[in-house]
Amino acid sequence: MVLLGLIFIPVVMGLLALVLRHDASRRLLLPVTAVIHSALTASAWFDAPGPVWGGWLLLDGLGLLFLSITSALFLVASFYAVGYLGKEDRGQRQDFQEGVIFSNAPEAAFVACLLFFLASMTLVTLCQHFGLLWVGVEATTLASAPLIYFHRHRRSLEATWKYLMICSVGIALALMGYLLLAIAVPETPGTGVPMVVSELMRLGTSLHTVWLKAAFIFFLVGYGTKMGLAPLHTWLPDAHSESPSVVSALLSGALLNCAFLAILRPLQVLSAAGEGPFGRELLVFFGLLSMAVAAIFILGQEDYKRMLAYSSVEHMGIISLGVGIGGGAAFGAMLHAVNHSFVKGMLFMVTGNILAAYKTKNTRKVQGMLRLIPVTGVLWVLGFLAITGSPPFGPFLSEFTVLKGMLDTGHTTAAVMYLLLLAIIFIGMTSVVLKMSQGAPSEAHQSMASREIYATVIPPALLAVAVTVLGVYVPLPLQALLHNAASLLGGS
Amino acid sequence: MDAEALIHIGIALLLAPLFLGVVNRTKAVFAGRQGRPLLQAYFDLAKLLRKGAVYSRTTTWVFRAGPVIGLSAVLMSLTLLPFGGQGALISFKGDFVLFAYLLGLARFSTVMAAMDVGSSFEGMGASREVTFSALAEPVLFLCFLALARHTGVFSFSEMLPAISYSTWTHAGPALVLVASALFLVTLAENSRIPIDDPNTHLELTMIHEVMVLDHGGPDFAFIQYGSALKLWAFSALVVGTLLPIGGIDLPTGVVLSTAGTFILAVMVGAVESTMARLRLLRVPQYMAGAAAFAVFALVIAL
Amino acid sequence: MGIWVDSTIIFIVLTNFMLLASSRLAALVRGVALQGFTLGALLLLTHSDNLTYRVWLLVVAAVGIKGIAFPMFLKRTLNNINVHREVEPYIGYSLSILIGIAGLLLSLWIGSRLPLPGPIVSTLAIPVAFSTMLTGFFLIISRKNALTQVIGYLAAENGIFVFGVTAVHSSSIWVELGILLDVLVAVFVMGIAIHHINKEFESTDVDRFSSLKD
Repeated sequence: MVLLGLIFIPVVMGLLALVLRHDASRRLLLPVTAVIHSALTASAWFDAPGPVWGGWLLLDGLGLLFLSITSALFLVASFYAVGYLGKEDRGQRQDFQEGVIFSNAPEAAFVACLLFFLASMTLVTLCQHFGLLWVGVEATTLASAPLIYFHRHRRSLEATWKYLMICSVGIALALMGYLLLAIAVPETPGTGVPMVVSELMRLGTSLHTVWLKAAFIFFLVGYGTKMGLAPLHTWLPDAHSESPSVVSALLSGALLNCAFLAILRPLQVLSAAGEGPFGRELLVFFGLLSMAVAAIFILGQEDYKRMLAYSSVEHMGIISLGVGIGGGAAFGAMLHAVNHSFVKGMLFMVTGNILAAYKTKNTRKVQGMLRLIPVTGVLWVLGFLAITGSPPFGPFLSEFTVLKGMLDTGHTTAAVMYLLLLAIIFIGMTSVVLKMSQGAPSEAHQSMASREIYATVIPPALLAVAVTVLGVYVPLPLQALLHNAASLLGGS
Repeated sequence: MDAEALIHIGIALLLAPLFLGVVNRTKAVFAGRQGRPLLQAYFDLAKLLRKGAVYSRTTTWVFRAGPVIGLSAVLMSLTLLPFGGQGALISFKGDFVLFAYLLGLARFSTVMAAMDVGSSFEGMGASREVTFSALAEPVLFLCFLALARHTGVFSFSEMLPAISYSTWTHAGPALVLVASALFLVTLAENSRIPIDDPNTHLELTMIHEVMVLDHGGPDFAFIQYGSALKLWAFSALVVGTLLPIGGIDLPTGVVLSTAGTFILAVMVGAVESTMARLRLLRVPQYMAGAAAFAVFALVIAL
Repeated sequence: MGIWVDSTIIFIVLTNFMLLASSRLAALVRGVALQGFTLGALLLLTHSDNLTYRVWLLVVAAVGIKGIAFPMFLKRTLNNINVHREVEPYIGYSLSILIGIAGLLLSLWIGSRLPLPGPIVSTLAIPVAFSTMLTGFFLIISRKNALTQVIGYLAAENGIFVFGVTAVHSSSIWVELGILLDVLVAVFVMGIAIHHINKEFESTDVDRFSSLKD
């Protein structure tokens, strides 16, 4: 019941949003749904709900972890979104980058798609059946494409088209992976084996190895496109930089995690069949490659939203690397998923405020944030420190755990590359962020600044507090859940 | 000397102009016209043979030899083709290579004669003809290879008569593909639409017609007869690939093959009536498509 | 029976070449429609020994969506955007056909390397599925028109469907219907995006998407 509610309540609310005419009440649907969703998720912490639809939907440790991240981030983002939508001008306005006149998409479509997006991501976290998992991931693509195209101008249309095409092609490859996985199941007389994770893990070594490995490769490439692993990440910077900030926050913080979950499920089956090292080696390779590509593109980046997008690629690389190394690093990777989502969500919301104040996405033109919009400026600097892995914030702890895991298992060259790339990214981001926050704001901007309103500042501040707390002390229930999740992946 | 094989040569020699007549009559029917008489080609040949010839002072013996070599080469190639489920007059392993090169010799002599005239008009037609034939030849060989692969033998006289009902049940699609590719090559090599329009007289659109523009009288008769025989040869090839008449007795086989050839004539006429001539730039694509058919037929045997 | 399955599969390859060689968008739409119908026929032929109601349901859904709904929707989009020809693709048409032949040879090689564990419908099935997928992906990367990219995506999905029909015997009906539904919505969303692209850029030329870069 709980599981079905988690999926269908946002869908119903989304349909309601399409019907409601009054703007304010439509916007209220977002926090209301978020609160209900979070309440249901919290109840699942205390009282694990049973399987539904014959085991197709089941909340295990991994699923609960990613569901909680998604739910918490959506809760914060929904309050931010109410403020954001309130400040958006109705009708047409001028695009600050190219000067074209454009308008926004209808708000009803935006709110409805946000709720459908939540529902589809929830479906991905709850799903144990590979076919339904595919349907869920494809649904997230389709629900989020209109969200990217909220500001209706050329660049966002270009970003939306690239997102649609690249992710659809990737997900088509993942479908091929599903079919290959179905072939890997040995022929059983009778009704056949349901393509559910637990059943496939039970079959273990009786699965045909060649087909299983081929299936994993297709899953990795297909869902890896959605997750943002290099070299399949090319849609990510465009989509994250052109979409509204609240959407970027959700894309980076929740969607990439759910796509990774879709890769972790085949990894579970692969490990149960004894081919775990093969899959994990691939994850390590793609993880390091993602970090390297992100480092190259962050240096000299002129658009701060694109910089954050490449940072997402880097952190997805770290998470993939952690799971690939296994052992203690897997625990670190799971913790990092939590930390990264919160910090990245906060950073993107902060960029929404920066954009509203400075009306430009160019890093060279933004100056003196700490004087003009002080609270946002402070959050921006804190967020940057957190995302690059400085103590006392959460990501430091998780990245350190991953490093320790690498050194413990003897992956010294990988550890050296890891540290080197982290350092390069730190250098790249420092120069951008500090130049943006310090100094004096130019005359033109001083006259344009709008006062910071609570609704757009408090949600990111809350996330910053959460990340700081996580950097010092990981609550015991969360620790237990993380250990549970890591052990499902063959870690500790 | 196989007496039965001589039957094919006789039928070909006799009925080739009738093939042209059927093609033209089909085109007329499509256009709603009465059209020429079916035997018009015979009357044209008879008329041309009675005429005298005029030779330009700029030409040499090459010009006079062209039509003769062409006709004799095509006649020789006919002796290699089986018909009606029987072996050909001359057969040995790999005779399809000789077949292709005999046709090449015919083409070469026509081209040489055209260039011997010294006019750029014929030279233009010669260059076009040679380009398209260069593209068509690999396709022809691919088709032969595919047929050889499916039947397991390397001589025409064994390949084509070996195609029986059982070949169709396990290699049917391949045979259809090979026949389609051969049909496309037939249209290309014999200057039919969509490669070349046999009725046109505009410089922009002529290929074959422009090469033979300067011949007259008996020379032109040889050329016309030679092209009719060439068309018959290709059609016999296509019909031989398609008809499952392996193992049938001689009279039925001959009758069926002849009927098949004339049905092919109707098809050629239908294609000529319903399609427009392709732009010259698109002809390589057309040949690439035919090559795709042939390669596909070859690889599904592997 | 085997010869009919083989013929259907070979016909799918011929539709691939038709897609690779066409420059007119209407011909491309016709090509995917033909593929849709052929897939329905293939479904019927491979399950001809036990035609349960679920097989019929899947056939109707596949033919209805892939053979009828998509082409109708694409035709309507085509008429609205008023573009009828792909004028200058990145890779020319003759070269496309040759690359299609190369892709076919590659797929045949891959097919020989992957022996199917279960009962085999046809030795050509896996190679043709792969080659259809390759054709679809090749169309996406080598053509400039956004509508051609959508058609390439549809062709790739058709290839995966062929693979699913001929190689997999134990898939749940709801999953296959869900997959079809998802593809339907995906194409629908892409069609809407193409409308917007046409309005914004006055053309559906993807080559103009060059403002977002590093």
